[in-house]
Amino acid sequence: MIREYTTTIEISGPLMLVDRVEGVAYEELVEIQLPDGEIRHGKVLEVDSRMALVQLFEGSSGTDISKSKVRFLGKQVELGVSEEMLGRVFDGQGRPRAPFDTAPPVVPEKMENINGAPINPYARDYPAEFIQTGFSSIDGINTLVRGQKLPVFSGNGLPHSAVAAQIARQAKVLGEGESFAVVFAAMGITFEEADYFIRDFRKTGAMDRAVVFMNLADDPAIERISTPRMALTAAEYLAYEKDMHILVILTDMTNYCDALREISAARKEVPGRRGYPGYLYTDLSSIYERAGRIKGRKGSITQIPILTMPEDDKTHPIPDLTGYITEGQLILNRELHKKGIFPPMDVMESLSRLKDKGIGKGKTREDHADLFNQLMAAYSAGKDARELAVILGAAALSELDQKYLKFADEYEKRYISQGEHENRNINETLDLGWDLLKLLPRSEMKRIDPRRLDKYWPVGGKDTRDSGEEDG
Amino acid sequence: MIKGTIDKIAGPLVVADGMNEARMYDLVYVSDYGLIGEIIELKGNKASIQVYEETGGLKPGDPVTATGEPLSVELGPGLASAIYDGIQRPLDEIRREAGDWITRGISIRGLDHEKVWEWSPVAEKGLKVEGGEILGEVPETKLITHRVMVPPEVSGEITWVIGAGSYNIDTVVAKVRDMDGETVELRMYHNWPVRKPRPIAEKRAPEEPLITGQRVIDAFFPLGKGGTACVPGPFGSGKTVIQHQLAKWADAEIVVYVGCGERGNEMTDVLQEFPELEDPKSGEPLILRTILVANTSNMPVAAREASVYTGITIGEYFRDMGYSVALMADSTSRWAEAMREMSGRLEEMPGEEGYPAYLGTRIAEFYERAGNVICRGGDRNGALTVVGAVSPAGGDLSDPVVQATLRVVKVFWSLQARLAYARHFPAIGWLDSYSLYTDNLKEYYDETLGENWVAMMKEAIALLQLEANLLEIARLVGAESLSPEDQLILYTARSLREDFLHQNAFHDVDTYASIVKQKIMMEVIMHTHGEMRKAIRGGVSPRELFDLPLKEEITRMRYIPEKDLASIEAIMEDVTSQINDVIESEQTA
Repeated sequence: MIREYTTTIEISGPLMLVDRVEGVAYEELVEIQLPDGEIRHGKVLEVDSRMALVQLFEGSSGTDISKSKVRFLGKQVELGVSEEMLGRVFDGQGRPRAPFDTAPPVVPEKMENINGAPINPYARDYPAEFIQTGFSSIDGINTLVRGQKLPVFSGNGLPHSAVAAQIARQAKVLGEGESFAVVFAAMGITFEEADYFIRDFRKTGAMDRAVVFMNLADDPAIERISTPRMALTAAEYLAYEKDMHILVILTDMTNYCDALREISAARKEVPGRRGYPGYLYTDLSSIYERAGRIKGRKGSITQIPILTMPEDDKTHPIPDLTGYITEGQLILNRELHKKGIFPPMDVMESLSRLKDKGIGKGKTREDHADLFNQLMAAYSAGKDARELAVILGAAALSELDQKYLKFADEYEKRYISQGEHENRNINETLDLGWDLLKLLPRSEMKRIDPRRLDKYWPVGGKDTRDSGEEDG
Repeated sequence: MIKGTIDKIAGPLVVADGMNEARMYDLVYVSDYGLIGEIIELKGNKASIQVYEETGGLKPGDPVTATGEPLSVELGPGLASAIYDGIQRPLDEIRREAGDWITRGISIRGLDHEKVWEWSPVAEKGLKVEGGEILGEVPETKLITHRVMVPPEVSGEITWVIGAGSYNIDTVVAKVRDMDGETVELRMYHNWPVRKPRPIAEKRAPEEPLITGQRVIDAFFPLGKGGTACVPGPFGSGKTVIQHQLAKWADAEIVVYVGCGERGNEMTDVLQEFPELEDPKSGEPLILRTILVANTSNMPVAAREASVYTGITIGEYFRDMGYSVALMADSTSRWAEAMREMSGRLEEMPGEEGYPAYLGTRIAEFYERAGNVICRGGDRNGALTVVGAVSPAGGDLSDPVVQATLRVVKVFWSLQARLAYARHFPAIGWLDSYSLYTDNLKEYYDETLGENWVAMMKEAIALLQLEANLLEIARLVGAESLSPEDQLILYTARSLREDFLHQNAFHDVDTYASIVKQKIMMEVIMHTHGEMRKAIRGGVSPRELFDLPLKEEITRMRYIPEKDLASIEAIMEDVTSQINDVIESEQTA
């Protein structure tokens, strides 16, 4: 039943109060027809027996109290999903987005409520399969696994877009016959950034296996609330009904949270830290927790949300609450960026909580865990040496410390740093790790199992690195 | 039954009209979906209801039914190894019924009413009983004998008890004639409201430590059985790992693990790991003594508020049977946030950072349900230990939830990001953490570990404190310029940190250290300290001592299995002889 009202009594910010309504449901989808015929959309944010508070997705400019017609559509916000979505670009409400996509709308196979439903923890399967991103600093050190949610904490002016585009382009799971796709949701990013992604996807052929949802900086801010949910609804359909492995990239979550704050402020809610609503944690988790794997289903959803930390501050509510929900974080470092290192990954502060079950024999290679520990320890020692060198002068360092210093420099230059089109496979990454460790004395390899050390770095002999044969 | 209609919907809060006879905290069913909710405010004929399920699609005018009963849990055989959501619905049954996603309006009882149990009676006809008296026993799992008790509010004389046999929990197993001469039929289970603490006969101060196998906890900041502790820390500092370690290794007979507003994958980890892990005492799978309450962060927020109460009520029930129960709540911050959200929707005047003014009271009431108790209805001793994780915003301990918690708990394990970055786990800071149980437990330690244990601990803590001061000085003048004895303090403190406090949760052996092993390890370190000090006082240069091979032996101690403890003791002699060799060569030189 569609009911139409012209009883708006108040418009304030993105909110509209409609009086004398009947039978309106909470979260119901709303259509507003402006006097000039333009159609806007919204949803019911609060309803009582007299009035409904409507949140306008496209903002309230041009709406008026007396002539705008408000229609309640009797359903919640839905997205029509179908496999045809691959290769298409949509706006924040799931309509083809010009100028990136001028084709007619997709014919949906079915309609899905964009809020989804929580996965039963009992039905979840623990993420344990390695995803190769082609970045040594991720694959070797902060390994991403299928079904994980691993955000990138970045700052203004850091190259997170390039990192994300490269991951989208290169990511693959080892093993044959798995279908893989990227769902990309842009929230409040600029046209230039969006154009960069689309062009990059088109140029590299990634577009054929991508679904893009785009809300640009000059698009309605409130639409950003539904954009990631649209994207995840599409991802869930492709993952759990079409057996695909989906990588969801959400950028930039900071803009999403700001939109949420805008609505909260318009509703005059009691603000929490920095003016963000007290339910920011709950709201963010309703997005992030949609990553995962489900027992008995082939597909999976892996999430890489990207957020820019205001003033590079990790304790700001957005990165802080994100870190409490996600399974680790990849942190981009301004200092490395200034040194010209791409990706400027701060491997010490970054963390992948699910790494341990995704690496090793049968997943990556048997030496991975030892190698990781040794590289971390050596890099840490090298950084200490570097600090010492600043105080005492490089010449005052012991011979060993100088070697560590050299190691840290080379590690940043050769291991962390790589070209924007350089796609290293896991064996290349691991072998590179061994090459770098050889800058140090063999006796320093305390974290490596002696048997493995003999295999990958035999005393005196030439090394017998290979593609991960089992050892005896 | 009181019937009303919905007047207003705002997120998880629903206001209903026509509810003037309803009572606070009554359970209600909302709309035709039958969503479960609880009344949290009454104004005139309007009741504010927090709804434990998604409210999208509800309309003003939809029916609301108040049951007249408070939100309760079913307590009886079948609790052990169950996994529940925040309002005691079994998640495995939900999956069977609704599929992989949790949909709305699912109504499943907490216990399996069809399953039959091997009942053997304990109480006899004619016995005068009060609440808590044991009626009979049921082997619930290999690890737990379920003692079926008279419900707390029933007392009188037993007129009939069913004989041994196999029955389901709906079977009447005993009849009691109460004071008014009425006959009350008792079954193997009863209901209890989650917000009401279960009665006890007497509460006592904790007398025994909860041995966790985690050295920094057992040795430095022990938790008493029946005590309370809190673990606050920023993300990535290892709160969850510590909670998991306690759930795995603590010497409690029952573990209740409440995952409150945390990650779904973490609960999956517990679910997949616990059936595989062995209880160090019995060798049986740990899941047999574990009850999980999982309300992940994306499940409805109001049920998160209920989940900690559901968990603690189940904990109290097993305590009443005379068991030692440990409850882990991860994380209480999410519970507090749920309170804040509901409070905001009720338009209450906010206290600090938007949290309701009654935050401190609620937290205190919750932790006060812990305790070392004499149970009602028989001479049994039970204990309920509560460990709450707190996730302060930005890792800042001035957070209202942390402060309110610290006011009531007796043990504080301070997790530090600095330690976590240095990969020192468990990242419990030794300078800020404290335990107020050390004095209570002294008697126990003196008896079981000998009188020198407590003294040795105090000396070790003092050394670490001295280290912190000395490091300040060393930073200014260089470690070399410290006196030899001060250098020794730095050496030993480092050994304490790296060889004793640091513990690898993912290493087969190191993950758990018995209290005996802990004592021997500590003795080796402190013995080395004493011997070295003697040598230094005799004029030996510290540098000669610090590079002795004994260093490596001490590093390896933690990886020595429990059955080989003698080989740790052997290190002690090695230490003495190596140091003596140095002294002798010094004298001859």
